[in-house]
Amino acid sequence: MIPILAVISAFIVGSVFLIFTDIPALQQLFGGQPLGFLGTALGNVVKAYTALLTGSLGDPSRYADALRLGTPDAWATAVRPLSETLVAATPLIFTGLAIAVSFRSGVFNIGGDGQFVLGALGATATALLMRGLPAPLILVAALAAGIVFGAAWGFIPGFLKARTGAHEVITTIMLNYVALQIVQLSLRTDFMRPPTGSEPISKVIDFVRVPALLPLPGLRLHWGFVVALVVAALVSYFMFRTTKGFELRTAGLNMTAARYAGMSAGGSIVLAMVVSGALAGLGGAFQVLGTVTQMSNDIDAGYGWTAIALALLGGTRPGGVVVAALLFGALNNGGHEMQIETSIPLDLLVFIQALVIMFVAAPDLVRKIYRLRARGTEPGTPAEEGAAA
Amino acid sequence: MRLELREITKQFPGVLANDRISIAADRGKVLGLLGENGAGKTTLMNILSGLYRPDSGEILIDGQAREFRDPSEAIGAGIGMVHQHFMLVPVFDVVESVALGAEPVTGAVRTFDRVTARKRVVELSTQYGLDVNPDARIEDLPVGVRQRVEILKALYRKSDILVLDEPSAVLTPGETEELFGIIRGLAAGGTTVIFITHKLNEVLEVADTITVLRRGRVAGTVLPSQTSREELANLMVGRDVELTVARGPSHPKDVVLELRDVFVRNDRGEMAVKGASLEVRAGEIVAVAGVQGNGQTELVEAITGLRHLDAGHIKIGGALVDEAKPRKVADLGVAHIPEDRMRDGLVKAMTVSENYILDSYHRSPYSSGGRFDRDAIAREAQKGVQEFDIRTPSIETHVGSLSGGNQQKVIVAREFSRPVRLVVASQPTRGLDVGSIEYIHKRIIEQRDAGAAILIVSTELDEVLALGDRVAVMFSGQIVGVLPSEQATKEAVGMLMGGVH
Repeated sequence: MIPILAVISAFIVGSVFLIFTDIPALQQLFGGQPLGFLGTALGNVVKAYTALLTGSLGDPSRYADALRLGTPDAWATAVRPLSETLVAATPLIFTGLAIAVSFRSGVFNIGGDGQFVLGALGATATALLMRGLPAPLILVAALAAGIVFGAAWGFIPGFLKARTGAHEVITTIMLNYVALQIVQLSLRTDFMRPPTGSEPISKVIDFVRVPALLPLPGLRLHWGFVVALVVAALVSYFMFRTTKGFELRTAGLNMTAARYAGMSAGGSIVLAMVVSGALAGLGGAFQVLGTVTQMSNDIDAGYGWTAIALALLGGTRPGGVVVAALLFGALNNGGHEMQIETSIPLDLLVFIQALVIMFVAAPDLVRKIYRLRARGTEPGTPAEEGAAA
Repeated sequence: MRLELREITKQFPGVLANDRISIAADRGKVLGLLGENGAGKTTLMNILSGLYRPDSGEILIDGQAREFRDPSEAIGAGIGMVHQHFMLVPVFDVVESVALGAEPVTGAVRTFDRVTARKRVVELSTQYGLDVNPDARIEDLPVGVRQRVEILKALYRKSDILVLDEPSAVLTPGETEELFGIIRGLAAGGTTVIFITHKLNEVLEVADTITVLRRGRVAGTVLPSQTSREELANLMVGRDVELTVARGPSHPKDVVLELRDVFVRNDRGEMAVKGASLEVRAGEIVAVAGVQGNGQTELVEAITGLRHLDAGHIKIGGALVDEAKPRKVADLGVAHIPEDRMRDGLVKAMTVSENYILDSYHRSPYSSGGRFDRDAIAREAQKGVQEFDIRTPSIETHVGSLSGGNQQKVIVAREFSRPVRLVVASQPTRGLDVGSIEYIHKRIIEQRDAGAAILIVSTELDEVLALGDRVAVMFSGQIVGVLPSEQATKEAVGMLMGGVH
């Protein structure tokens, strides 16, 4: 309930912001035309959000055209915005799951970014090494490399915490920088670098690609999205139906009780970080093998950071993370359309995303706004004090 | 002053905390307010102290209706509260602590007039026999004296009505006796005292009248001379309760738990257990008495594998467990009821069924090959809930929303669901109501009769005496005496607890 209301609130505040940064409309207001101001301002808000919607899900008229014509090209045009939304959501699902697993386990993995880029790097390097072999073989090996690289990058801070107590927030953040430097360095090697050009990008690895999901021309949506959904289901199964998942959740909720119950605290920390890193690494591998086809030093695009917000927004539940990732994917993708259509800068979406996170982080504020009654079981409410009297 | 509360009603969402409660206390008398957790005692006192406002009903002081909008108005009307958790600043001395918020001032810049404040503190302390050094720092004072500082605070503010909320919870038996002396002195001096507790003996000893609350209502008002422990327990719980669970003679057999010169450090690295030795045999209950903080916690943690042993040896069923981890200890047939159930024994945000399998989740039938068998878990948890009479809406309810008694039953049900050779129970009934105490004591005695060795650690003398076939007393990290139950009188054990050999 709270996340949904947080999203609604963010859009409302976002529209207020839109209205009061709209100079022409404000000129109307101060020029003594309050009604005209209201009309212009509301019109702009509707226009912006409509553009956002069509930009992320598609234009109904284009869908109608597609239905009428029935050609693959018409369908491709209609479905493209939706396809791009799902493409944008795919890496967010992987990294969001990664962070959700770590949070559930009481470990604060802030290193999703580093694990993601190293996963992408591992996949790229593996693909380049195996060039010439059958593509499906390369694909499987490259994805596996992504998992291994990400897991290794998660293992280091996990091991350090379990052994020495080094705080994972510090170590994972620092390892992000190390990972980015490793990427920079590797992009300068002849092995990775294209023969011509000096930009920090790798050779194109289009000889191995994750197959497209839809049989329509020019759409980037690939099977990585479906795998992301399957992985979300697997993570859910792992966390809630297996003994290892139970150990992680117990450690996350009450470390002393976990110790009392004979669970290994250090083992849980390492396992949580390895699983978390593997998920982020797999996300990186799919990004490079499915979406962008070459490694670059800005491939991460902040996914590891956004993932923290997604994990919280999704209530650290895999299903919730998927929904949150789809929402943020839609905002990122629809924002471009909005910017073109209405000349409202993309930054508005960043603003709205920040507000969503802020509202989720302040559940009491949301409850107060919507006059929701706090649940009686939560500590500190009058009901609780009354019952304890 | 005479205090009367008339038909006080207070409704919280989902709970009628106070339902037309009427109580009265005359000048110079002690009113004992008796009730279980959740009976509405604290809500009533929060109304009296101005923290809450009643939905309906009146507060009368000397026959005059008063309304308190905030605590300062209640203090102004002469009502002083001594809370269960003290509200003192550790680095202040006694005079500063007492005067804080009502400081006398002197001079043009209105500086704290310590001389006047100190004079008054000394006066009050002497007048009521509180025996408090006015210049001692709070952090250097034992708990019992800190409580007297709280009482001084109330008196300093000219309270004619003193409310004491569970004052004995933090005291040793000796300190409790001293407190009762102080209460009698205050009453003789004309102060009206309201004494809130859930302990039957205490109201019988110190109160002039006793009002019993049950589920937000007055269950009865009685005179100590005309009632009994049994009647009070009945009023509190609403049914007949066995206050001391009957137990037959013990038939001790082989030694199951053996402690030999055990040394254990606490979290601060200080030696908390200093050469403790003890044996517990199958079929007997050994109850360890002692004031909190004499090494009992560390000793239990060492036995159950949660704390590293500094020196000495521990054997369970003949097996050396000096280096054993908690799981190894549990595998030897040890049931552990931990001291702090919310910290160690339960995961609040998990369900009853998840908590029911908390330390057996890796065993059959709950899981195999690392995967849970949800049907088996539900079946077993349901069985446990029924067998131990755990009052919960369902096994999928979060444990954190259950009452303390039911939470403890979840732990006991879980620990007794495995084959048990040794039970280590630390404060097994702390904070529980009379009904739950009776139930848990019965279950522990059942385990003894079934042949388990039982080690109970408790700071409640009543509990130690009620359960122990032998009573061991721990003082300053050592077992200073072991008495068979015939010789374990309150006086004998109390002396040992205080360090008198």
